[in-house]
This record gives sequence, C-alpha cells and structure tokens, in this order.
Amino acid sequence: MTVLQILQQMAQGMGRTVMIFCLTLLFSLPLGMLVTLGKMSRIYPFTFLRRFPNRFCQTLSRLNPVSGLLGVMISLLRGTPLMLQLMLVYFGPYFLLGIPITLNYQFYAVIIAFSINYAAYFAEIFRAGMQAIPQGQYEAAQVLGYSKGQTFFKIVLPQVVKHVLPPVTNEVITLIKDTSLAFVIAYAEMFTIAKQLVAKEATVVPFLVAAVFYYVFNALVAFVMAKAEKSLSYYH
Amino acid sequence: MHILTMNQIKKSYADTQVLKGIDLCVSPGEVVSIIGPSGSGKSTLLRCATLLTRIDSGEIIYDGMPVAWNDGDGKAVYASRSVQKKAARSFGLVFQNFNLFPHYTVMKNLTDAQVSVLKLSKQEAQATAEALLEKMGLSDKAQAYPCQLSGGQQQRVAIARALAMKPEILFFDEPTSALDPELTGEILKVIRQLAQEHMTMVIVTHEMRFAREVSDRVVFMDNGAVVEQGAPEKLFSNPDSPRLQSFLAKF
Repeated sequence: MTVLQILQQMAQGMGRTVMIFCLTLLFSLPLGMLVTLGKMSRIYPFTFLRRFPNRFCQTLSRLNPVSGLLGVMISLLRGTPLMLQLMLVYFGPYFLLGIPITLNYQFYAVIIAFSINYAAYFAEIFRAGMQAIPQGQYEAAQVLGYSKGQTFFKIVLPQVVKHVLPPVTNEVITLIKDTSLAFVIAYAEMFTIAKQLVAKEATVVPFLVAAVFYYVFNALVAFVMAKAEKSLSYYH
Repeated sequence: MHILTMNQIKKSYADTQVLKGIDLCVSPGEVVSIIGPSGSGKSTLLRCATLLTRIDSGEIIYDGMPVAWNDGDGKAVYASRSVQKKAARSFGLVFQNFNLFPHYTVMKNLTDAQVSVLKLSKQEAQATAEALLEKMGLSDKAQAYPCQLSGGQQQRVAIARALAMKPEILFFDEPTSALDPELTGEILKVIRQLAQEHMTMVIVTHEMRFAREVSDRVVFMDNGAVVEQGAPEKLFSNPDSPRLQSFLAKF
C-alpha cells in the first residue's frame, strides 16, 4: 500500500474528525454559556420557608436548585473520563432502556457526549470570565436604561469573550486531540481508520499521517485563535 | 414642584443602619452638594436615589411619580418595573470610577444607549454626542477607546454619556475622588459650567471649596442622618452643629 493510498483511505476519516470538532464547538459553546448563567442564577424557590424556625426549613430556604444541580453535573462531567461518558451515551440507551443501537447513532453519540462534556469545561471558564466583569458595568448599564438582555449581549458578553479567549483556546486544542477517543465506539473518524490500517497493513505510516494531521490542524486553530485574540486587543 | 423627593429613607446592611430616615428634595435647576465623612451614608443615599440599591423603608418620588413608598407595615414597596424604568429616564449618574464601556469607542459610549434605549436614530444620537464632546473639549477623541484616555478625560466622557440621555437631574458620586488635583480641576470646571446652565445636580463630594462655590444648598450628613443643611455661605462660615464645625475644621 502506497502512502497515497493510505492518505486516500484516511481522507474520509479526516472529514469526520473535522466534523466532530466543528459540531462539538457549535453545541458546547452556547450550552456552556447557558450552564454558566444557570449556575450563577439566584433562584431561591423555597424562601417562603424562612419564617419556620426549624433547621430543615432554614436550610431549604437557602437552596438554589438550578445552581446546585448544575454544580453536581459539572462535577460529574469533569470528574469522570470522557471515554467512559462516550461509552455510556452510546451503550446506555440499549442496556438501560432496551433501545436497539443503530449505526447512525454512533455519530450522534459522539456529538452528544463531546458537546456535554466540553460544555461543562466551558461553563467554568465562562463563569470565571463573567466574574471578571466589574459590578460597575452592570450598574452603568442599568442607570442608562439598558434591559437585562441588552446589558448581557451588548455590554457583558463581548467583554467576557475577550477574557475567556486564552483558556477557551486551550480547550479547543485539547478537543482536536480528544476527537480520537471516538474510536472506543468504533466510529470511523481518522484515528480509528489509522489504527485499522496499521493493523491490516503492518505499517506505522498511518500513525505518522495522523500525527501530522493533528499537528497541522492544531497549528491552524492556534493561528486563528491568536488572530482572534489580537483583534480584541484594542482595549483592556 | 420637586424633581426628586425622598422621604424618611432608611437602609440597613445586616445589623448596621446606614441611612436613618433621610429627607431630601431637589427642585428644578437646583445644585445640591452632599458632604460628610466617609461612611456617613452619602453614596448609599445616591445609590438609593438612582434605584441601584433598594431602600428598606421610605418614599421616593420622581416628578410626582411615586417609585417607592411604604406599605402598611412601614416596609418599602417599589412601583412596577415599567414605572421604575420611566423614572430612571429622568436621572443620570456619574460614577466615581467612570464605568465607561471599555469595548466601545468614546462615540459609541455616547450613542449606544440613545439608540438602543431611547430608540433615537443613529444620526440624531451622533449629533447629540458630537455637540457634547465639543462641550467637553473632547471632539478629537470620538474614535478613541476609554483605555487610551486620562482619568479626567474618561470622567468627562462619562458626564457626556449621562447628559446624552437628556436627564432632568444628574447625580455625581464623588466624581473626582479617583483623580489627581490637576484632573480634578478639569472635572470641576465642567460641573461648574453645567451649574451655570441650570442643570439640576446632586453632587456627593469631598471638595469643600468647590461645594461652597457651586451649590445652591449644601447637605451635611454624618452617621446616616442629615445633621445640617442650608445655603453654602451660612453652612461653611457659620455652622450651627458642633459635628459640622469639627468636620470643617479638618479642611
């Protein structure tokens, strides 16, 4: 098998790898923002219990279920391997609910598992970014009459984006390499194909091709992110 | 009629009562300075007036429109959000640390709220902004970002941003406390000019000479209460209360 043939075989997998990467970002970035907003929300549905003096009611009155639940979920998602989560999403429906696994579902399982996992990481990055915005920005916006939505989208979010760009770049670069985890459910992205070729053709060339591909892809992404960072460096 | 009426304003944080029943009325065209030692509740009063902080009890009325009042138990209730928004149109606030939007140019800082809140056209907003920048001596800075400006320039932009919304009353929360004496002069000059144009203003300040010169009325606060108020001449040259006497003796 020539290098060209190997490349041809792997090309389709490269497309899928790029697809996982793009779709994961597409879903996990907004999802992460939603999780951040939920985690930072101040919704206390049991405040009416404050009038009862016993300890249980007092504790419950200070409970913020949305924030608490999201906190637990983030902890679980960051505290267990992505590979395990991927297998759980893929095999779970069959073993837990008896739903037969279709071949199409491989792709969906990858996107679902990746998006949720990365959303958890992004959420914590965004939270740090949100907390870096001075209270005065919200107050200035309020006095000027901006609505809550306008304040968020016009004043807060653009500044958050600038703050979080460096740590987000880190995650994005990790994501490129994490796409290779899809091999555990035999989804035919590039790395899965590379492994098959190595086993079948008894040559290490597919691994080298994969390495070069990841490196170039990463360099490209790093370049784009550096450009983005630079374009936001007009203020501090 | 008064533009702003505040009656018996009370506010506590945890166990500390910061405002112990303050009355403050402001008539159109009046310039009121609020002086007093740090921690006397001046800034809190301003934050209550601008609806950034909720009062515990008392009454706030803008242009005859009640914004907050006491219910039967003597606890403050606020008007609906739409009424609060309407009232908020009548005032502007200049912060101690400017709080300009760093990602917007000076021009955009001045026009954005006009367009997205007052729903003015971009041309109108820009015309207003240009006139204000000219007045502030900052015409050449329209395309600059706040971080490229000195503190004094930033504060002038902040004043222009507040004025662009055409408020009936403008609040200043220690507008020069973050500035060195030279830059302080810049800002005081602008406020003096606004006073000459009969802009209604309430100024929390530590600049005693300035307060004396620019205000129609000076309010001296200490420990969450108004100790003495009146015409600046009387208050500064012949204060009645021993507390104000000892406060002024330090300047």
